[in-house]
Amino acid sequence: MEEKEVRLMKGNEVIAYAAIRYGCDGYFGYPITPQSEVMETLMELKPWETTGMVVLQAESEISSINMVYGGAAAGKRVMTSSSSPGISLMSEGLSYIAGAELPCLIINCQRGGPGLGTIQPSQGDYFQACKGGGHGDYHLIVLAPNSVQEMHDHVAVAFDLAFKYRNPAMILADGVIGQMMEKVVLSPQRPRLTDKEVRERYGSWAAIGKPASRERNIVTSLELQSEKMEIKNKDLQAKYKAMEQEVMYEEIECDDAEYVIVAFGSSARICSATVEMARQEGLKVGLLRPITLYPFPSKPLAALAERGVKGFLSAELNAGQMVEDVRLAVNGKAPVEHYGRQGGMIFNPDEVLAALKEKFIHKN
Amino acid sequence: MAKIKGTIVIDRERCKGCGVCIASCPCDVLSLSSEVNSKGYPVAQMANPDACIGCASCAVICPDSVITVYRQKIN
Amino acid sequence: MAEVEIKKENLVYAKPRLMLDNIIHYCPGCSHGTVHKLVAEVIDELGLAEKAVGISPVGCSVFAYNYIDIDWVEAAHGRALAIASAMKRLMPDKMIFTYQGDGDLSAIGTAESIHAAARGENVVTIYINNAIYGMTGGQMAPTTLLGMKTATTPYGRDPRLNGYPYKIAEMMAHLDGATYITRQSVHTPANVRKCKNAIKKAFQRSMEGKGFSFVEVVSTCNSGWKMTPVAANKWLEENMLPFYPLGDIKEVK
Repeated sequence: MEEKEVRLMKGNEVIAYAAIRYGCDGYFGYPITPQSEVMETLMELKPWETTGMVVLQAESEISSINMVYGGAAAGKRVMTSSSSPGISLMSEGLSYIAGAELPCLIINCQRGGPGLGTIQPSQGDYFQACKGGGHGDYHLIVLAPNSVQEMHDHVAVAFDLAFKYRNPAMILADGVIGQMMEKVVLSPQRPRLTDKEVRERYGSWAAIGKPASRERNIVTSLELQSEKMEIKNKDLQAKYKAMEQEVMYEEIECDDAEYVIVAFGSSARICSATVEMARQEGLKVGLLRPITLYPFPSKPLAALAERGVKGFLSAELNAGQMVEDVRLAVNGKAPVEHYGRQGGMIFNPDEVLAALKEKFIHKN
Repeated sequence: MAKIKGTIVIDRERCKGCGVCIASCPCDVLSLSSEVNSKGYPVAQMANPDACIGCASCAVICPDSVITVYRQKIN
Repeated sequence: MAEVEIKKENLVYAKPRLMLDNIIHYCPGCSHGTVHKLVAEVIDELGLAEKAVGISPVGCSVFAYNYIDIDWVEAAHGRALAIASAMKRLMPDKMIFTYQGDGDLSAIGTAESIHAAARGENVVTIYINNAIYGMTGGQMAPTTLLGMKTATTPYGRDPRLNGYPYKIAEMMAHLDGATYITRQSVHTPANVRKCKNAIKKAFQRSMEGKGFSFVEVVSTCNSGWKMTPVAANKWLEENMLPFYPLGDIKEVK
């Protein structure tokens, strides 16, 4: 049996390893704290000498995301990474990529905002990631890793989903996941796909030079006829609906839980300790961790509410963003509250437990 | 004596009557028609066909690629 | 005297093979159509029809993909050269070019354009400079001449109010990565022929891996300038060319 390759690595570093080993064709990025190690690691690993992967430092995030647009338009598996202010700059490009229905991977290693904010971790970009960010009715596929291992694994998951749906996919991490070191099992090296393999698996839509045997391929999001543009919008919405089958989540101690904490990414790690503390005190607390933020695990939340959960606490490193989706899922069947820290501050497990008690148990 | 002579064929329906070809003809062959095409544009026409030498200047500059040029040595 | 026979042996000039039959949406007399035709001819003559990918901009030529029978990518406003840079690096054997106007390239896309040139990307840019924003209705561009009237400079461009026009071709010529910079026009048949040669040279250099090539075409926007196409060509010669002189600006052998 092949021996597993186990390494101790930072979340940002592992993104570089995972991308190369997945057979990624190109990375285009611009330095920003706290995710600069992604491109630094790629430059050290020199994948252009091994797999042929292109790595290019652009002059801005606007340029990086448009390089990604170009690579994706050529049917290549391309990606970028950044942190919150950089993702804001990319939002124009993301809208175009979603509108042109191109697959790609974006990593957001979130920091606190608004504005220049702080370089410390935050989950303040939930709305931006899940509700658009750029203009027009579109969605990204959004994954939220809670460990270095998931950072690694989500690269492959995100690329696969992006190509399956021809839609941009985002890994919404944060400064905690990007900067911390953990044990990680690396995947074996996969070959990059050829143009022919891309065509056979995903169809012939890429702009790679037109052979006489087919019509020209045009990658665009433009359609001036409103009747046609509405149809295009409806097709996009149907695609987003179809994506709902890809929902991923983790339930911890939810079966008998009277109170359920909902948390993603680094927050979910902290809240899993909250669940342990609560259980030691005899409180029936569970944790639902969305792994996909878009599509959002509304159904399991609705089922928990239906079963009689007395309260949901959305614990986020922001002023209350995902809590809106939890409320929509629970749909008035139980109280839904938010607990959060902001500006780069991170809550402790006991803070979350105290908030849960205050909001639900000691309330009466 | 042999003489180089030219002629052009104009795709009247695609011509927008911009007149750039008329100004570019070194032999004053072209003019705009008094009738218009189905889009309402007057179109380029050979007003003085005998003067055409088939130099293709009109076709080369035409922004809508509506002019085809032929040239022949006529004895 | 006998008439010229309409037959293949006598054919001197016809619509380029790669120009599609779609009716061109540009205004009568617009330079875009003439430049499109040159691009189509050059791609065909160099045998690059199966290797060429065009990046169209935002502006009047956003629909360039409707006219030339090759693969196309339509860019966000100003970003064409970022897209082209990635495509060429991912597909070094393909012929990647951008087709951009002066608003797209030298206003909103200045950063993407300058940096692609500075990196020496092996791509070609065809830059249509008509000193105005055509598609949005004739507003001032970075290239609008001093004194020139536009929708946003109704009393003429005043440097105290609106700043000065600038020449991005000359700016690019300072960059080591930009190896062929030329300024052409298509306002006379002779200029059209010279322009075609320049485009051909740019495409050839790109396929030879000689760095970034930039072909500026000083063009007319007779609708925006509010004159007839013929008058616009004359105005171009008298007003545009003294500020934007024609000819090669840089060629690294």
